[in-house]
Amino acid sequence: MAQLLKQAPAAPHPKSRNRVGKYAWDTNEEYLFKAMVAFSMRKVPNRETTEISHVLLCNVTQRVSFWFVVTDPSRNHTLPAVEVQSAIRMNRNRINNAFFLNDQTLEFLRIPSTLAPLTDPSVPIWIIIFGVIFCIVLVATMLLILSGIRQHRRKNKGPSEMEDTEDKCENVITIENGIPCDPLDMKGGHINDAFVTEDERLTPL
Amino acid sequence: MAGMAGAPGPTPPTEGGGEARPAWDNKLQYLLSCVGFAVGLGNLWRFPYLCQMYGGGAFLIPYVIALAFEGIPLFHIELAIGQRLRRGSIRVWTAISPSLGGVGLGCFTVSFLASLYYNMVLTWVLWYLLNSFQHPLPWSACPPDLNRTGLVQECQGSSPVSYFWYRRTLNVSADISDSGPVQWRLLLCLAASWAVVYLCVIRGIETTGKAIYFTALFPYLVLTVFLIRGLTLPGAMEGLTYLFTPDMRVLQNPRVWLDAATQIFFSLSLAFGGHIAFASYNQPRNNCRRDAVSVALVNSMTSLYASIAVFSVLGFKAASDHGQCLDRNILRLINAFDLPEQSISRDDYAAALARLNVSQPARVAGLPLEACRLEDFLDKSASGPGLAFIVFAEAVLHMPAAPAWAVLFFGMLYSLGLSSMFGNMESMTTPLLDLGVMPRRVPKEALTGLVCLLCFLTSSCFTLRSGSYWLEIFDQYAVALNLILLAFFEVVGVVYVYGMKRLCDDIAWMTGRRPGFYWRVTWKVVSPLLLLTIFVAYVALLASSLPGYKAWNPQYEQFPSRQGKPYPSWVLAACVLLSFLPTLWVPVVALGQLLARCREKTRNPPQDGGPKPRGSRAC
Repeated sequence: MAQLLKQAPAAPHPKSRNRVGKYAWDTNEEYLFKAMVAFSMRKVPNRETTEISHVLLCNVTQRVSFWFVVTDPSRNHTLPAVEVQSAIRMNRNRINNAFFLNDQTLEFLRIPSTLAPLTDPSVPIWIIIFGVIFCIVLVATMLLILSGIRQHRRKNKGPSEMEDTEDKCENVITIENGIPCDPLDMKGGHINDAFVTEDERLTPL
Repeated sequence: MAGMAGAPGPTPPTEGGGEARPAWDNKLQYLLSCVGFAVGLGNLWRFPYLCQMYGGGAFLIPYVIALAFEGIPLFHIELAIGQRLRRGSIRVWTAISPSLGGVGLGCFTVSFLASLYYNMVLTWVLWYLLNSFQHPLPWSACPPDLNRTGLVQECQGSSPVSYFWYRRTLNVSADISDSGPVQWRLLLCLAASWAVVYLCVIRGIETTGKAIYFTALFPYLVLTVFLIRGLTLPGAMEGLTYLFTPDMRVLQNPRVWLDAATQIFFSLSLAFGGHIAFASYNQPRNNCRRDAVSVALVNSMTSLYASIAVFSVLGFKAASDHGQCLDRNILRLINAFDLPEQSISRDDYAAALARLNVSQPARVAGLPLEACRLEDFLDKSASGPGLAFIVFAEAVLHMPAAPAWAVLFFGMLYSLGLSSMFGNMESMTTPLLDLGVMPRRVPKEALTGLVCLLCFLTSSCFTLRSGSYWLEIFDQYAVALNLILLAFFEVVGVVYVYGMKRLCDDIAWMTGRRPGFYWRVTWKVVSPLLLLTIFVAYVALLASSLPGYKAWNPQYEQFPSRQGKPYPSWVLAACVLLSFLPTLWVPVVALGQLLARCREKTRNPPQDGGPKPRGSRAC
């Protein structure tokens, strides 16, 4: 959260905070930071002559936070805060990368980060998976319905075939109590097996 | 005794048209279907919540008592009459007595209403399942707003998970009267959901019997995986001890007993007619008593198993949230006092805070520090959809490989719900087939297709912006009260109209042993009394507070808390209608039968000396 010293002395101090567990923060890192800020300023039109020596750091603390300020080439006054803020915003990514940090670990006071846009794929993923599942379900349903129709047709053809053979034998199927009488007729000619024959009823003498 | 083996049993009713009644391929299919119907979403998101609310282990006491005196006896009766009379839920009751046909119609209507909103819940689950196949998960972060300078206001005020649920899924309106347009995403998922249901029930138990192998067993597999994973996560033990620490004082609260009784009742899916339908496809000589006891016990064991898995994950979530709360406080301290990075660890936080409080109390008091207590996070209980779509969805985010866990979790929820839907659909299609609503040559596939299409069209009203409010109404009013009343009529009808002696004879023929004292007492006295008490208590509870709902209103001052609003009068009228319409079939049909008999009597007066027709005393 780097703020810039405004012209008025009563203004709040600028601050930058880093979480640098990965490496030690020493004067060389400070030099790199100054270089990055100067680089950002040089990209601004009219400020191409900004040097590293124009960037001043002060109040560096242990958790690594400090104030910084950019002066103009004549070293008489500091540059307006808005200009420095917008310059840093433009190059935020480069500054972060120089220190292997990101927007959360390298904070600049009063410089809000531009949020990355949501990487929306052209077709949302859920529609793809939905399409796959729906197609599978539809195909399976069609198969089941078709096999059901085929079974139905086979069942309908079955009894009609039996009727043809019966017409040939000139037998009419009668159904009593749910049992077709057909098996009784077909067995053993015209003898009605349901009745016991004379011979068996009487015990042999 | 010698004659018993050869004695002909009660003649089973003949099938019309010479077509055999469909039968289960094997006993396992039947048991799995009953278990799948009983074990549903409630086992996962209602039972653990009740356990937590009502003193952990202590809740098991009223639960077991309710199971023994209400759940198992009622379940046994349903299986027994279904198996004996071999009819779906409407013809079964007309077979017992024509005046009782209303019970079957009531069960049919309740099944219809329940399948409407139950499949809507499955649609929500399907939506989450489809969205789980991406990394990062869409409910992990707030989307940026239009200028990309900040996050969407509604999301920032609540949480990414709540935002995804209320806005991106439901797109819920702030008031129930504001119906809003149909949400096409939900409508698509609803169509897919009904297509899946149709695919599975297309030929009745022939197809559900195959599907049930997966849908009934897959949830147990996933629960085991979650259990193992959950128990290895940090914070799981705190969650479990918090859940199961018994607090015996809750037993003095009558509300606990009411909730235990209703939980057992709804958990076993009684009085829908689904179990009657399943049992009607059984072999006549099947030990339905053993089936009833084993399915009921499996259902309760599943509830316990699920709550262990759920609470180990919730304990992990609470510990994780607690850790993040501490981290935020630590960052505030470090920023305020310019301390070096990582100088205060989570364990040191309390000591460091105390030190700073002593040295600079004024500055510390000025800091916006949160109170971070683990118990507060563990207390954040939720039941119902809130548990699955908000709490658990967030818990899954903290696990490594979050999309895989999300897919597993929502896949499990979907199978749990789908196997319950089979029971609901069977309780509708079996009576329709038995009644012969369609002509013989119309295949069964067409009938089930028609039923699914009708249900899909009717349930599309839940995809409106106010759909979730209506779903709560259906859940609370359309199903709960009617089931209790219908179950009461079921028990009374079987025990007193069919006759206890006839019932015991039938069960003796089917299972080989007469029902003992426990069964007879619970059927005759305990269960009907319990049901009446539950009904009265439930009505009293509903009537004691003005029916209202909690709306999600971003303009509310205390957002993200939900705003309590009363129902408008037309919605109240709908609630009352839903509460009583299904049960109205019972007196309507009974009266109709009475009038028909009176008219017949006046038309053909009985001859002198002839036997008086039964039940014509009133005329």
